[in-house]
Amino acid sequence: MSNGGQVLIALENAGRINPGSLQEYEQAGGFQALHRALGRKPEEIFQEVIDSGLQGRGGAGFPTGVKEKLTEESICGACGPKYVVCNADEGEPGTFKDRAIMERDPHKVIEGILISAYAIGSEKAYIYIRGEYIESIRRMRTAVENCYSTGYLGKRILDTDFSLEIEIRLGAGSYLCGEELTLLESLEGKRGYPRIKPPFPAEHGLFGAPTLINNVETFAHIPFVVQHGAAEYRKLGMPDSPGTKIFTVSGDVEHPGFHEVELGTTLRQLIDGKCGGMRSGANHGRNTHKFQAALIGGAAGSLVSEELLDTPLGYKSLKEHGAVLGSGALIVFDETRDLAEQLLAVMEFFRHESCGKCIPCRIGTSLLVKMGEQLTARPQGKRGELLSEMTREAEYMDRTSLCPLGKSPILSLKSAERFFGAAL
Amino acid sequence: MDYSTILHKYAPLRENLLMILHDVQKSEPRNYVSPAAVEAVAAYLNTTLAAVYGVVGYYSMLSGEPRGRHIIRVCHSPVCRMNGSFDLLEELQRQLGITLGETTNDGEFTLETSECLGNCHHAPSLMINEVLYSSVSRKLLKDILTRNREHAKKAGEVRDV
Repeated sequence: MSNGGQVLIALENAGRINPGSLQEYEQAGGFQALHRALGRKPEEIFQEVIDSGLQGRGGAGFPTGVKEKLTEESICGACGPKYVVCNADEGEPGTFKDRAIMERDPHKVIEGILISAYAIGSEKAYIYIRGEYIESIRRMRTAVENCYSTGYLGKRILDTDFSLEIEIRLGAGSYLCGEELTLLESLEGKRGYPRIKPPFPAEHGLFGAPTLINNVETFAHIPFVVQHGAAEYRKLGMPDSPGTKIFTVSGDVEHPGFHEVELGTTLRQLIDGKCGGMRSGANHGRNTHKFQAALIGGAAGSLVSEELLDTPLGYKSLKEHGAVLGSGALIVFDETRDLAEQLLAVMEFFRHESCGKCIPCRIGTSLLVKMGEQLTARPQGKRGELLSEMTREAEYMDRTSLCPLGKSPILSLKSAERFFGAAL
Repeated sequence: MDYSTILHKYAPLRENLLMILHDVQKSEPRNYVSPAAVEAVAAYLNTTLAAVYGVVGYYSMLSGEPRGRHIIRVCHSPVCRMNGSFDLLEELQRQLGITLGETTNDGEFTLETSECLGNCHHAPSLMINEVLYSSVSRKLLKDILTRNREHAKKAGEVRDV
């Protein structure tokens, strides 16, 4: 689990085993956590996950164990069976972590799903993968077949009373379906329109039944927590943000890529230590270009300045600076980039992906693109006022939209105002 | 066209609609869900035409209009934009003689954009049908198009996916 100081959980086997081979996964210690879990009571498992402090790695950061507990305890006689759903609809711009896990260690995701299903008492799980992720789909399909043929999936798993079926479903090009309730609508064969929340999936999820829905990376952490225990997990990361996280670094760094590091690692450590510094210029000198800004968390993330280069990346620490961790996307911009153009790209993205159900979001995203175009047309240093106006519009959207999409443009705009303001 | 082989791979439940539409579209040489297919699917799932059209119209990977044998999806997410996706789009339009959303006269290529393809460490990227291309330069683009054309010729009407 340690690789020259780099602690790995989700990517522990990445590049070391053949992702198509269940045997190699077993030889690397795979499915030991499942054996252990099936010998324990379900409530012991979600208590272990609660104690570990693991938070959802998809972006929202909700405590995973609490979600499991709520789903397990959800009493609804008429609701029918409970479901587990793996959210593999990765689409946040700048994010490619779930793909990295699914393509390199798909069996680990399945093991995490198996343990979670056992913990909440579910016998049916779905993996919803975005349709464009051809390689992830292939690898996950092979892994699911491997598990069926070796008795890790199906009836009476490992000679216990626990049974689980997993079905893989494909998305079809909708960013919004990565939002949990919209994903459930899509799984039911409908248009990807968001649902009103509450009720939460734990009470009223897929087909109206209690549903545990987690991100791929979150599931990939479950085997470690069960195998090594909450105390061991808490040794990693920060007290209020334990564990590791995959950060996907792109943009103006020398070597863009994905890196699993402990939470609490800083932006500077990632850029200089893992990505070879800022991109070199024509003369190939290291750090030729200067860091100007980073978009943390993708389009639904915050635009931060060098002020945050040495801030530990964690859920709470970023919140204190008015920023969010989100999916772990880090898009880096050097001094040659016009940040107004980057904001415009983000606004265009939201305009395209807004489903149109809530009027403030439908009209608001179009309005923000128009204002964004005006913003890029103004000279640098004369944009502060317009940026404030955009933030105000985004605030209206935030207050009046149903789902996280309409609540997202505010994140980059407000942080841009905070960190750059009149200097944008 | 007979859709029963595809339809009977799935239980006649609404939840299978998206998977069925994926398969139906893939079986059509012109990469779309035809009105006849919509009717067959709606009948099989015992739902309305509107429900099926509603889903076809919502998801950007599905199309109700005939398209080329090759769908080119250029990623235009913020990271690919920073790395020249606009140049790629311009070059593609020039080389193919079509604008965004159109299909070439020989029915070979349809040009589309896509949101983030999750390949930001190798930007700019694009997909042609099920193949993902990384760090695509203008120069590379010509090779990619030629290869896809030749491949299609060799395969005749059969799709290469």
